[in-house]
Amino acid sequence: MSLTQAFFAIIRRDLVLALRRRSEIANPLLFFVLVITLFPLGIGAEPRLLQAIAPGVIWVSALLAAMLSLDSLFRSDFDDGSLEQILLSPHPTSVLVLGKIIAHWLVTGLPLLVVAPLLAVFLGMPNNSLGILLLTLLLGTPVLSLIGAIGVALTVGLRRGGMILSLLVLPLYVPVLIFAGNAVQMASSGLPVDAQINILISILLMALVLAPLPVAAALKMSIN
Amino acid sequence: MIPKLQGIGLSCIRDDRLLFEQLAFEVLSGQILLLEGKNGSGKTSLLRIVCGFRQPDSGEIRWCGDAVNDSQFYAQMAYVGHLDGVKRELSVLENLKIAQSLNATGQYSINEALCKVNLAGYDDVLVQALSAGQKRRLSLARLLITANVLWILDEPFTSLDKQGIALIETLMTEHCANGGMIVLTSHHDIDLNDVDVLRINLS
Repeated sequence: MSLTQAFFAIIRRDLVLALRRRSEIANPLLFFVLVITLFPLGIGAEPRLLQAIAPGVIWVSALLAAMLSLDSLFRSDFDDGSLEQILLSPHPTSVLVLGKIIAHWLVTGLPLLVVAPLLAVFLGMPNNSLGILLLTLLLGTPVLSLIGAIGVALTVGLRRGGMILSLLVLPLYVPVLIFAGNAVQMASSGLPVDAQINILISILLMALVLAPLPVAAALKMSIN
Repeated sequence: MIPKLQGIGLSCIRDDRLLFEQLAFEVLSGQILLLEGKNGSGKTSLLRIVCGFRQPDSGEIRWCGDAVNDSQFYAQMAYVGHLDGVKRELSVLENLKIAQSLNATGQYSINEALCKVNLAGYDDVLVQALSAGQKRRLSLARLLITANVLWILDEPFTSLDKQGIALIETLMTEHCANGGMIVLTSHHDIDLNDVDVLRINLS
């Protein structure tokens, strides 16, 4: 069958699988909500303080939630041999892998976008920055999945790759964190954020084009 | 173009241990190559080299006389390894549909293939409810629904009962009669009439 059909079949397959093992969706989302709700309890309900740290707290939690969900990206396919079958497909592995990453984002990244406004209100973020927060999450979380996929592909063959994975991936997450956090902060003080948004868009486009190739290569190495 | 699988001067070193060296073989359509040898003698490693999962430490694999070019070679081969390569949470039908969408469509439809491996009526059953032998037959059904010339089978008879083994042997004979070729490892001695079986003993 054609490449487009294969691409959508992979996305569909991963979404069906995620629906059948629901904990995979629930875990990162629950983590995200819990961490953010614990902050006011820990540092006290001082509205101005909460308002000031809200963008950073939301973004750091989103980043850690993304980290937490990364391992599930290739783990089960690696363990049951489905990954071998994907690599043996005549279609380019990088495109099929991109399908898997998109499905992973739909399952773990998109739910964060849905609950983020609620949590932002909870932390007392001003309304004028809500839109920008959502926009940064929309542009930033796919980058987390794309970059994370490279790390997972490199470590999926190792028995205890968790620590190496965080060391590999977290430094690459930093630019997203800086620009996204800064954009939301500026927006809440009413300043223009075009520059940060443009940079986030370019990071996303670059990751979208460049990440699938090393992921495919790294999976070929890991399967060895 | 006549399909032909060649291995030239292959050697494989694993953890400082030489498994085989200067190994050469040639499989033509209608032939079966059976790899024999004791545990740890490098049968699976050789199969994974043929699949392209592993680089040989020297030598190369050729398909139709040329060095293996991934997408063209992969369009003409199918692999069933130690791992079944099916998803436990998906039904039999869903698993086969995925296999079909990843590869070119083969000569049998999904229903025909399920009948051939004695799994007719199991379409909607989740794979986690199947027995080990049934799972194996399901992964072998993948060979029938995708277009391929070369089958690479790693211990295809594991966890199959006598009928299952006979069934797979029939499918293998049929595949060779249609001009296909098979490379496999097996502890079970295969007994096929009318098929040219080449043997390599790795130990």
